[in-house]
Order: sequence, then structure tokens, then C-alpha cells
Amino acid sequence: MSTKFAERARRTLGVGMAVLGIGLLAAAVGFAATTSGQAGHEAMLVGLGGLDLTPYRNTTVGDVGTDRFDPDAYLTDTLDSRTELLEDGRVLRIFEVEVVNKEIEIAPGVYFPAWTYNGQVPGPTLRAREGERIRILFTNVGDRPHSMHFHGYHSFEMDGAMLHQQVPPGGTFVYEFEADPVGMHLYHCHATPISQHIHNGLYGLWIVDPKEDRPPARELFMMMNGFDPNFDEENEIYSINTVAYHYKRHPIEVRQNELIRIYVANITEFDPINSFHVHATFFDYYPTGTQLEPRDFTDTIIQGQGERGIIEVRFPHTGDFMFHAHKTEFAERGWMGLFRVLPDEDGDG
Amino acid sequence: MAEQRSGIGAGAALLAAIPLVLLIGLVAWLFSDGAQGLFATDLPPVEKIDVMRHVLAPDLIHLDIVNSGPDPTTVAQVMVRGAFWFHEVTPAREMQPLQTARVTIPFPWNEGEPVEVVLLTSTGLTFDHEIEVATVTPGITAASLSRFALLGLFVGVIPVALGLTWFPFLRRLGTRGLGFLIHLTVGLLAFLVVDAMFEGFEAAHELPSIYHPQALLILGFAGAWAMLTGLQLRGSGGGGGTTNGVRMAWLIALGIGIHNLGEGLAIGSAYVLGELTLGALLVAGFALHNATEGIAIVSPILSQPGNQLSRLIGLGALAGGPTILGCWIGAFTYSQFWALLFLGIGSGAIVQVVTSILGSRPLRSSLSPLNLAGMLTGYLVMYATGLLVGAA
Repeated sequence: MSTKFAERARRTLGVGMAVLGIGLLAAAVGFAATTSGQAGHEAMLVGLGGLDLTPYRNTTVGDVGTDRFDPDAYLTDTLDSRTELLEDGRVLRIFEVEVVNKEIEIAPGVYFPAWTYNGQVPGPTLRAREGERIRILFTNVGDRPHSMHFHGYHSFEMDGAMLHQQVPPGGTFVYEFEADPVGMHLYHCHATPISQHIHNGLYGLWIVDPKEDRPPARELFMMMNGFDPNFDEENEIYSINTVAYHYKRHPIEVRQNELIRIYVANITEFDPINSFHVHATFFDYYPTGTQLEPRDFTDTIIQGQGERGIIEVRFPHTGDFMFHAHKTEFAERGWMGLFRVLPDEDGDG
Repeated sequence: MAEQRSGIGAGAALLAAIPLVLLIGLVAWLFSDGAQGLFATDLPPVEKIDVMRHVLAPDLIHLDIVNSGPDPTTVAQVMVRGAFWFHEVTPAREMQPLQTARVTIPFPWNEGEPVEVVLLTSTGLTFDHEIEVATVTPGITAASLSRFALLGLFVGVIPVALGLTWFPFLRRLGTRGLGFLIHLTVGLLAFLVVDAMFEGFEAAHELPSIYHPQALLILGFAGAWAMLTGLQLRGSGGGGGTTNGVRMAWLIALGIGIHNLGEGLAIGSAYVLGELTLGALLVAGFALHNATEGIAIVSPILSQPGNQLSRLIGLGALAGGPTILGCWIGAFTYSQFWALLFLGIGSGAIVQVVTSILGSRPLRSSLSPLNLAGMLTGYLVMYATGLLVGAA
């Protein structure tokens, strides 16, 4: 009996070991196949001294369609308006703005259910001249109360900030005030919870030009923003004008020595500061754009949330130059772009 | 008689088919256009991605992932150390439920440092995977095979063999001494079961819930217990105490062997995943821990006459050998699924042994002060040597 049982046990053990052995062999072959399959999968990027650059690519993968929102167009677009002459000879400028829920693409393949002004994040850039009368026909097509709160001089009724000043879903409101003071400002929703309304996309630039134009320049609008798509109150994605690394994939082309005026604002929610740094040049900085004399000559500025200013810069050299948050954590998460500086028109670069 | 039976069979088959047909019809209707929207909500899809395993090579991170949620999920981007990083997903970024994929990220990770990888889905949800200590995952080479075999040899085979060398001494014990020893074995085995099952329930949280890890553990446990009990009942037509002793020894060796397979799996994978640093203390701990298993194996055959060297070698190989196999499997193809199943099987096998030992003698004898002291001693010896092993 004992030998029979022992025999059976040995046989079972033998079969078991054989099965396990075959399984292990199959696993080994499979493992070897998967690991060898990876080598040479991607064309090698070669750097200085023949260095393989493949492991060093800090980037998103893919590209974002521009049919929903085109960051290149945002750089220069302003919201269309119509004007009327008031009895006192002043210009009345009329804008139409609506809040609408819309899904946007914030990084290749990453979609975010945004709340938008006129279907875009950032909202359209509103621009007027000092002293003009501004009228905004506001409609809330969204599904909760919203408002527009402008930075600048206006009456209490036009502040759009108090609870009772929020416009209900389906409601309308007319904001009216003077374009004052001169400078580079913001507008944003002031409904509660305000961090949610701002983070979800309800903000835009509000620019008041001086009566006498600033010197002619190539003008660009830039909003430093961030997104928290998993709603943990920390941003996963940072960007300039919403789409992570858009201007890294599609460099902004400028001319050598050309005067470039960048209207830059920071609306980034959750983080205390953001910053703007440009390579290979220095710039004049006009905080809030309210003075016509620069206050700083630098290559890096820091802005808190809601802070903004005007940068005037020239690139003396041709080539591709980075601009990015010098908060490198943000740069690693999408807030980086390139200026492609081309030889100036005369071709003497 | 035969005809009647087949007639009933056909009728019964038809009857059995009716509920099946109805069930298939119901499922088909639920997926048809007519029923679409019946249970639809505006809620966003439920996304869940689990990382089953990571494999590190120089400047390269691989993650084997599974969509363990109910809806299709797309891996849109990948972040390493909080930065977006270039990567590829094969075969596809969009994964159906239960579908697996491999994410390959060329990244200059640093030896010995932790690395966090975040998968960002198309809806912006994030799934984190922490590589606790980055180190190159060994591939299957002659060197790595022999290295892990050596590991298994030191923590499994040699200690059990050393335990078996108590045999000549133990043979000289009287009846009371033998009784004490048998119950010491019960205590040792009881500790192994308690320890392995709690470890299993703890490890169950690491396996995606879609695999019902707790049920898997119990399947291994109950399945092994039931099968071994059945095997024993079929084998025991009669026979005396001596043959039972030999059979018991083989059963204990088998149970401990399966247990050690699971232990090898855990050691091999923990080592590869960088969760375990194999110092002299840890190996020594395992050696002490497993040496006591040798006593458990030989205690039933102490009264057998004659030279039993070849039997001892066979028992030792069965109990200790699987540790090597476990180390290999754990190191090269680690799967929490199999680790859990083996933990359950090992525990079930050992419980069967314990119930056989206790069932073969009167309860009154087992609970005598001496034998109770034996059980307690066995449990405490394992507890004390287990302290040396720590978390492993």
C-alpha cells in the first residue's frame, strides 16, 4: 500500500514537474520574444557623439486637431465687434458673448468637458481703445449660473461678482462700462465655486489700447493656463493657450530683429505662481500694460494668478528658441513652445 | 433499459436547453438597438486600468497593463516623474474591457531610485504605478537561471534537507517524544497556513478586483484540500499505522512543496520588483524557517524500520525543490494571479495534512499537556524564525 501510494505520488509529481517545465519554457520563449521585439522598434534619434536620444524625449505623443480650437489663430484673433457713434461723439463698441459647455482637447487625445466663452478656451480676446463705451450682450447657454467680471473701472451693477449678479441658465445680461484704464486686463466668470468656473475655462484677455497706438509690432496673445482633468485639485497639464506643447510642435515664426509684443497673462488655477521665460534674448516688461515706460529689462517674469503684462522683445539671432515656464515642473507638463526666428526680410541675418 | 435511458436523455437535453435559449435571447435583446438606452446614463464611462507588471531595461520602462473596467478605455498620454514622456502602446491605445497592452517608455531611469509612471486616459483620468526601486529586470539567461536556482536552493532545498538530518536523532525518541514531535509539526503547519492565508488576503488587493482575488485564493485552498482528501480516502482501503505514516510523510512533503513553490514565487518576484533586498539575514531567516519544515516531514516515518535514505532524499526534493521552480516563475513571469492561486493551494494542502494527523488519533491524546505544548512550541518556533524574514 505504502509503495503504491508513494509510486502514485512520484508519478503525479513527475507529471506535474513536466507540465510546469513546459509552461516555464513557453513563458521563457514568450518573454524573450516580447523583449527582443522592442529593440529597433523606433527609428533612433542621434545626438552629439552618436548619443541615442530616444530615452530623453519629454513630450506628449501625437497632435491636437485645430478644428475645435486653433492656438495659432488665438495668438492674433480678437472678438469681432460693431460700433455706433454716441451723441457725445464717443464710440460705442458692442460685443456678443455667450457661455456654452464644450468638450475641448487639451493634449493629444485628452479631452476635457470645458465651460467656455464663445466655444473656446481661453475665451475670445476683447480689445477696445481707451475712452470707448463698451457694451457686452451676454447670454448664458450653459447649465448653471455664470457671469463676466472685468478687471477695470466700472459701476457696482457691472461687477458681475456678487451672488445676485450671476446670470441664470438661459438668461441674458448687458454689461456696460468705459474702456479704462489703458492696459492689458482680464475678464472671467465670478460664479461660485469660482476656482471651478475659472479652471473649467471661463476666462479671457481684455485689452485697452492707449489713444495713441503703441509702436508698430508683431502682436501675440498668450494665456498661461492649466488643467486638472482628474479633478484632484492639482494640474496635470500646463500650457500656453490651452493645448500642451502646441507651439513646440508648431513653432511661432517670427523675423530676426522684428519687434514682437506679447500680451501675457496667468490664469493658472491651483498653483500660486506661473512664469514666462524666453531664450537667447531679453525683453522690456510693462506690468499690467498701464504705463508706457517699461519697468523691467529681463528674460524671466513671474506672475500670480490674475497678473498680466506686456512684453516687448526682439530676437537678434536666427534659430529655434524655447519659451517656457521657468517653473520647470510646468514646462515638463506641457508649458513650453518655440519661436522660430527667420532671417529678416532684407536677408542680412 | 438502455433505450429508455437515451430517450430520457434527449428529452432532458431539450429541457435543459430551454432556459439557455431564453437566456441567450435576453442577452441578445439587451445588446440590440431596441434595448439601447434602456440602462444608459449621462455619466462618463467608468475607466480602470491596472498595471500587472513592469519590466525595466537600461533606459527603458515597460508596463503590462489591463483594462479592468467595464468600458473601453484609451491611454492617451504617459507621464514619468511628473513629466510627459514619449512612449508607445502596443497593440493599441484603445483597450476593450479585459484587454491587455504593453506601454513602452524610453526613459533614463536611475538605478535604485523610485520612479512613478502615470497613465493619462482620453477623459483625463490618471492611473499611477510606482516602481519602488528601479533596477534592471533579469532576462532568462544561463546566469540568471542559475542565480535564482541558487536562491531557491538556499531558502528552500538546503534548509529542508538540513531539517531532515534530525532524522537519526528523532528516531531515538520514545512514544511520548514522538507524540510531542507530531504535535510540534501540527503547530508548525498551522503557522504556515495562517501566515500564508493572511498574506494571500493582503496580496489580493494588488490583483485587479475583476479577477476576484479572494475567491481565487479560496478556490486554491478549498480545491487542494478537497482533492487531497479525496485522494487519501481512495488510497486508504485498509493498512496499518506504518503505511499510513509513509503516506502522511509524502502528503506533508507535497503540501510543503506547494507552499514553498508559492514562497519561491513571492521571493523571486519581490526580488525582481526591487521590493526585497536579499541580505544574509533574510536568507538565514528563510533557512531557519524552512529547516523546521524538515522535522514536520520526517515525524510520521520515525517508527519505520531500516535505512530510509532514498526516501528521505525523495521527500526533501518534493518539499524543497519547488522553491527553485517558484523563484524562476516569480522572477521571470511574475503574475499575482498565479501567486495567489499557489498560496491558496499550498494552504489547502497543509490543512489537509493537519486534519489527517489530528484525525488519526483521539482528541483527548492530542490535547494532553505534552502534546499541547508541542503544538504551541511548533507555532512559536515558526513565529520566531518568521521574525527574521520580516515582510517576505
